[in-house]
Amino acid sequence: MSDNVLELRDLNVRIATRRGIVRAVDGVSLEVPRGEAVGLVGESGSGKSMTLRAILGVLPAEARVTSGQILLDGRDLVPLGNAELNHIRGPKMSMIFQEPMSALNPVMRVGRQIAEGPEVHLGYSRSRAAERALELMSRVGIPDPERRFHAYPHEFSGGMRQRVMIAIALSCDPEIILCDEPTTALDVTIQDQILRLLTRLCRESGVSLVFVTHDLPVVAQVCQHLAVMYAGQLVERGDVREVLLDPRHPYTLGLVRSAPDFDYVRESLMPIPGSPPSLIAPPPGCRFHPRCDFAEEDCRVTETPLRMLPGGRATACLHYERCSEAAAADRARP
Amino acid sequence: MTRPVPPAERSEPDLPGIAAVPGAEVPSAPGEPLLAAHDIAVWFPYGSQLVARLRHEERLLRAVDGVDLEIARGEALALVGESGSGKSTLALALAGLRRADRGEVRFAGRALPARRRRADQRRIQMVFQDPYSSLNPRLTVGGMLRELLRAHSVVPKSRVAEFSRELLALVGLGEEALTAYPRQFSGGQRQRVAIARALALQPDVLVADEPVSALDVSVQATILNLLRDLRAELGLSLLLISHNLAVVRHLCDRVAVMYLGRIIEVAPAEQLFSTPRHPYTRGLLAAIPKLSQVADDTPAAVLGDPPSPLRIPSGCRFRTRCPIAQARCETEDPVLTATPGDPGHRVACHFAFTPLATEAAGERDQQDWP
Amino acid sequence: MPPGEERAQPRGARRWYRQPALVAGLAIIGILVVLAAAAPLITSYNPITQNLNATLLGPGAQHLLGTDQLGRDEFSRLLYGLRNDMRIAFIAVLFPFCIGIVLGSLAGYFGGWVDVIIMRLVDIVFAFPFYVLVIALVFVLGPGERSIYIAITILGWVSYARIIRGEILVAKRQDYVLAAQSGGLSSVSIMGRHLLPNVITQAIIYAMSDIVQDILAIVTLGYFGLGIPPPTPDLGSMINDGQNFMTTHWQLTTIPGLAVVVVGLGLSLIGDGLADLIRPGQS
Repeated sequence: MSDNVLELRDLNVRIATRRGIVRAVDGVSLEVPRGEAVGLVGESGSGKSMTLRAILGVLPAEARVTSGQILLDGRDLVPLGNAELNHIRGPKMSMIFQEPMSALNPVMRVGRQIAEGPEVHLGYSRSRAAERALELMSRVGIPDPERRFHAYPHEFSGGMRQRVMIAIALSCDPEIILCDEPTTALDVTIQDQILRLLTRLCRESGVSLVFVTHDLPVVAQVCQHLAVMYAGQLVERGDVREVLLDPRHPYTLGLVRSAPDFDYVRESLMPIPGSPPSLIAPPPGCRFHPRCDFAEEDCRVTETPLRMLPGGRATACLHYERCSEAAAADRARP
Repeated sequence: MTRPVPPAERSEPDLPGIAAVPGAEVPSAPGEPLLAAHDIAVWFPYGSQLVARLRHEERLLRAVDGVDLEIARGEALALVGESGSGKSTLALALAGLRRADRGEVRFAGRALPARRRRADQRRIQMVFQDPYSSLNPRLTVGGMLRELLRAHSVVPKSRVAEFSRELLALVGLGEEALTAYPRQFSGGQRQRVAIARALALQPDVLVADEPVSALDVSVQATILNLLRDLRAELGLSLLLISHNLAVVRHLCDRVAVMYLGRIIEVAPAEQLFSTPRHPYTRGLLAAIPKLSQVADDTPAAVLGDPPSPLRIPSGCRFRTRCPIAQARCETEDPVLTATPGDPGHRVACHFAFTPLATEAAGERDQQDWP
Repeated sequence: MPPGEERAQPRGARRWYRQPALVAGLAIIGILVVLAAAAPLITSYNPITQNLNATLLGPGAQHLLGTDQLGRDEFSRLLYGLRNDMRIAFIAVLFPFCIGIVLGSLAGYFGGWVDVIIMRLVDIVFAFPFYVLVIALVFVLGPGERSIYIAITILGWVSYARIIRGEILVAKRQDYVLAAQSGGLSSVSIMGRHLLPNVITQAIIYAMSDIVQDILAIVTLGYFGLGIPPPTPDLGSMINDGQNFMTTHWQLTTIPGLAVVVVGLGLSLIGDGLADLIRPGQS
């Protein structure tokens, strides 16, 4: 059994639409080591949410995994049917969403929702599952669990609902939790609480995370590794601090430069010119080349899969050194 | 950057006609703020008021509960707070889109009545958060602009089309946009249209309510740069409402922090960020995720959940989450007071200038910000 | 600068000609309208002229659908009857439409006591069954076209008012309405240019089913002899006249009835098609 709880190998997800085949996820390979958090960053249309859904097996009807493997603990999930996936989803893998109000059942008491997982997947008795639910509720920081057990989701605040969702996700002691922008809708102070909670839980129980977001600093706070997606492809991967401080792909550099960072007030924010390409007919060669400051002739024609670099990093850029230099110049400026 | 720019000194922008503000009222006295709010309160009654009266209860959601605010000409003030703070409601009240239940709003020293005259209404224009619902889907961009320009006779009828083109150029859109419908634009472009619309009436104050929150990160930068450039070119005052302090730091001269309907601290931007004096402000700053942060699970900056605006705590409204709350905080509501020796920095906390606060701050300082 | 594409709404799938219901409905009504309008060209018989020598003839070369008990050509009567009834129905729906929309807009936009008064009026009218009251009103006012218009207007405006009020309550919270208010535009201007165009589609869809309701009302009135006074051809009175001859000349009563059904079907299809066009998946 490898050290990776989850591995994506050359994953391809295609969506059939009236206008053509959308290559939503295109050749994505990713590893999630046991007990660690991997951030998946990109803007809208990058394919990050679709990747998560493919892993969990909840793609929309028109979408399909056309090739590649999703290895959970070494076992490929792609060929599995829904029934078998159900078997695996609860106990080994769970997900938390951006909007807790739509993910929680509004007419079921919160305690029961948390207890449901162990009852169904782990065969716990009602009382044992309820005990576990109470235990989880205090673990995620919900005050007065005995009383709150019987409350309905609408009686909780946004941050508390998110904690409930985390409790549900933890209920069967999974090996990996998939997080789809879990803090985007929360206030800053509550987001801070939830991020610290997730970090603590990771450390205590050794569960791995795949954390999808568009917010770079948030990723820095929770994850050890970072993968950047653009137009359905992975363009850079590596240790989170290294990637953010020394980006080796122009898109990553662009993201870092355009996001207002509290600590470093730039003279002028540098937006990335242009807009994301169509996923039905993406540009030839490197998909980012039309918007790239460092683009050269070969970028227009050569395909750019992710290439490994020394030190555990990977990039899809053919001329990553230029980008690295630009980032260094940025840092040197006062 | 912090000094307001008097009209005479404003640099001439590329496009003549935009800068001239016909009928502009010069502030009555130098130093008089352009826009001032005094003791503004906005309440939302809920449930049966009859029952409330019978039971001697107060069924009021106090969204804004007594706020004083000033914006000088050419200044950029940020209104910062989390959900439930009342910042959006306050913005609507200042822009004349929501009636204040108490207090008054003054423009250039003159009190504005509850139902504003057209000439006053155009002085303060607003840009909204959601680019998808802030443009009428049935009107072309040209149609929207024309309607406003004609209603206020901003320019003579013959010049309307030309002026519209100038407005679009100001926000970086070409004249093809005039005949396009909102659905043909992306989020970032729509915000630009919204900004052009807000500028059409040549306002003195632009109120921007979370103008970039609904946009992708790389697009946010374009809009923020645009706002900054427009301020410089047109000498606009800007009231920016945002929950994102990084955005605020890029754009604003002064910051006011709101919590549950009150302003609890106001100071020049850099001062607020380097020496925050209210425990909530400190917590807010510490909670901001930063690129340089390390994953850790030490206790969060601000604990607990914000109280519901329906049941605001007695005394100091922050006391339920405050690390230095004392007995006095439960009974006495702190008033916004100036720091001794620094009138520009005001705080609403009983212990802001005491060792109690600075000690707590000291512990935090070490670990949390650069 | 090309307009962006990332969230532009796809229009392709929702072209009107791709909606089968809408196309079918328009076709049916289109044909009927053409027939009715061209009635003088299609048939040379005067629908009113009696010919007591040629009563109750079956369908044949001379008279496509035969003649009725007074020797009048049935086919012409059908065409002219359709013409009259459709005309009255289409006109009759306009008054409630306009009045209902105006009152509904006022109620929705201004709220307060304006809303209360208008809505209580709506509730009162709604409490009464439509057909019963229409018949009673026409009876009181005296049969004829004018009475029909009055009766239908008094009773019909309420549905539009309710629909529009509901839509406006939601629409007025949109930011673009706030923006219009911020721009100092007058309430009339805001209601007319910003709110109504965005909410009127629901009223139009409802109007389609309302016309059907009106046609049925007119036919019913005609059946009871309260509609357009004879000898002007009218589908309702034709049905009434023909029913005495059901066993021998069934076409006299059945064909006009079928005509009513077909008109109703066509209008309903248009309504459904429009609803699907505006809000796919919801009718």
